Amino acid sequence: MCEAGTPNQFAQKLDNYIDSLTHKKENLIAVLHYAQEIYGYLPDNVQWHIAQKLDIPSATVYGVVSFYSFFTMIPRGEHVVNVCTGTACFVRGAEKLKEELENQLKIKAGETTPDNLFTLETLRCVGACGLAPVMIVDGKVHGRMQKPQDINEVLAKYRPEG
Amino acid sequence: MKLKSIDALNELQAQNLKLLETRRIMDSAGSEKTQGPVRHVMVCGGPGCHSSGSPGIAQRSEEELNRLELSEQIKVFQPGCFGFCEKGPMIQIFPDNVTYCEVSSEDVTTIVEEHFLQGKIVEHLLFMDPETKERFARSIPFYNGQLRIALRNVGYIAPENILEYIAADGYQALAKVLFSMKPFEVIDVLKQSGLRGRGGAGFPTGSKWEFTRKSPADQRYIICNADEGDPGAFMDRSVLEGDPHSVLEAMLIAGAAIGASEGYIYVRAEYPAAIHRLKIAIEQAREYGLLGKGILGSDFNFEIELKYGAGAFVCGEETALIHSIEGARGEPSVKPPFPAQKGLWGKPTCVNNVETLANIPPIILKGAEWFSNIGTEKSKGTKVFALAGKVNNVGLVEVPMGTTLRQIIFDIGGGIKQHKTFKAAQTGGPSGGCIPTKYLDSPIDYESLAAIGSMMGSGGLIVLDEDDCMVNIAKYFLEFTMDESCGRCTACRVGTKRLHEILEKITEGKGTLEDLDNMERLCNIIKDTALCGLGQSAPNPILSTLKYFREEYIAHVVDKTCPAGVCKSLLKYEITDKCVGCSLCVKKCPMHCITGTTKKRHVIDQERCLKCGACMEQCRVVGAIICH
Repeated sequence: MCEAGTPNQFAQKLDNYIDSLTHKKENLIAVLHYAQEIYGYLPDNVQWHIAQKLDIPSATVYGVVSFYSFFTMIPRGEHVVNVCTGTACFVRGAEKLKEELENQLKIKAGETTPDNLFTLETLRCVGACGLAPVMIVDGKVHGRMQKPQDINEVLAKYRPEG
Repeated sequence: MKLKSIDALNELQAQNLKLLETRRIMDSAGSEKTQGPVRHVMVCGGPGCHSSGSPGIAQRSEEELNRLELSEQIKVFQPGCFGFCEKGPMIQIFPDNVTYCEVSSEDVTTIVEEHFLQGKIVEHLLFMDPETKERFARSIPFYNGQLRIALRNVGYIAPENILEYIAADGYQALAKVLFSMKPFEVIDVLKQSGLRGRGGAGFPTGSKWEFTRKSPADQRYIICNADEGDPGAFMDRSVLEGDPHSVLEAMLIAGAAIGASEGYIYVRAEYPAAIHRLKIAIEQAREYGLLGKGILGSDFNFEIELKYGAGAFVCGEETALIHSIEGARGEPSVKPPFPAQKGLWGKPTCVNNVETLANIPPIILKGAEWFSNIGTEKSKGTKVFALAGKVNNVGLVEVPMGTTLRQIIFDIGGGIKQHKTFKAAQTGGPSGGCIPTKYLDSPIDYESLAAIGSMMGSGGLIVLDEDDCMVNIAKYFLEFTMDESCGRCTACRVGTKRLHEILEKITEGKGTLEDLDNMERLCNIIKDTALCGLGQSAPNPILSTLKYFREEYIAHVVDKTCPAGVCKSLLKYEITDKCVGCSLCVKKCPMHCITGTTKKRHVIDQERCLKCGACMEQCRVVGAIICH
């Protein structure tokens, strides 16, 4: 989910991006998007650093980070598994799919497996309603996920061999 | 190459008409068209088909055509959504006008060999009517009764090529506005056309433009609201991915009419493909001098910038959206002042939804009268619906306003899956309501939907059947609004939570009749006191289900049963005397609460039963395990 590099390189990259912006604090959300792309998540120290660079209170940064569901303050696993809980998927069994994933991964939605391999989350509608219910792994949509066996097969593709 | 005049644009269009010639079908039969060696293979790139592997199919098609040295005459394209998501991935071949459904990567070889080399239609890949078993190469029933205005180019042109858009009369409406219309004339055309906002509330677009124009200011802004957040709605996404230039052109027209030189597109970060297409479109428009300074040689300047949402449903509300663009928390603010008076950075701002904008270029070109002749008295034009749920033909449909639910669900949608009974249609997403069978024949427009307790919303249309529990559906939507409430107004923040708790209680069989009354009262309080549309409409799913499906609520609270068999706590699994005693269920039960000797009827210990249904799934004897 995050790029490869050292913390110093990350900070340098983020600073370069912020320096390139004409308007600073107006672009807080864009900066956060960028930072999350580099770090994979938005820990306290990154938020604090952004506040300093944009010359705004760190409470404002935290307020924005915690408001939007796209931003996360907890690192995610290597692969992010999302269950679509849009209405079309809901009426075609998204809840069952979520429960099955929770069973197979032995975590609840919102959690990460102890080996840091999978994070399970839910999202609303990816527009693949014809394939409902769907699960999305690292952005790839897998449709008509009704049988535990099918779900298992999809997950297996993301597990290291052996 | 910067276009410096209207003549330059016309010349460029004339040069590129050939791009679309092959795809232009003169008559629906397609047979009159001279069939030369040139073919266009269109592989649907809509969200549904994309997810089921259409990029691989496009690639495979190119490889096969290369292998057979046919790639000179036969070109492969990946346009936007064809709409018929149920049967994806889909391929259309022009000028033959033949559509193939559910095409797999292996089928590509068959199509190339049979269709192109032997000149015969691959029968088994054609759409088959499930009832009559008749196959259709063209005029598929799904498309009958549809009228594409907002989606006119979606699935027809290659969205990453501005020349195809220009060939399809693209930017002609802008040229007309810049060179032969005055700003107030543009606004008048829109007002006369009767176009209303497609994002939900249905405010007249022309009036919105007029208010913004009339607010004195040195700078005004145009915002395209592409924060499509309704679960189950993907029409804006399809326009952005399939025809991004139509949105840019409409924003330019809005800029010229309102007197704005800057526009923003606020798009969901969850739509990477749409963002990618928009970036390309903006880049190309700049390259051709359709964005920037002195557009088409006029004195009109306009720039468009992309802004990304970050996953907050409330940001679809215009004041919240404006705060989000300003880099703050997306909380709505009190209106007035309206954005038309005081919006982005305190300047007059016009916020229009994607689908609304996509309607504008054809209105300018064909005139207000053409548009106002389509639809009903107060709702003009067409509406795009994302038809989904328990319907046979899931997909994106665009129909004239006033089309009935029955026509959409049964004629276009092909009826209910597995011949089950229709129970309700949910429109308007979390802000809408559930429409029961008795209103199947009422025309769909803004007024009729509001009159029966639902709303147009952005156009999600979810079909529910006999297996859906209406209390559970209401709970689902309340869970959504509870999650998405920004927390600013107490009534919405606390109220939606309380409503959800009561619904939870009812689905667990612990509800009382008093709860129903309390819930209704709380719903009305939230409606009256919430600041923005999210809160005001959050109770709609409860109010409409209470109104039309009260007996289901009563069954939950009085009889402690769930008629649809959905609410787990109210279910009871039982083994009947049909049981042959195979003990398959015993092995599968996670609670080990089924007992019995081989070849004798087994028993479920009701005290310990989890109601997971594993036994019923496993049982091979029909009727041996029942759930009620």
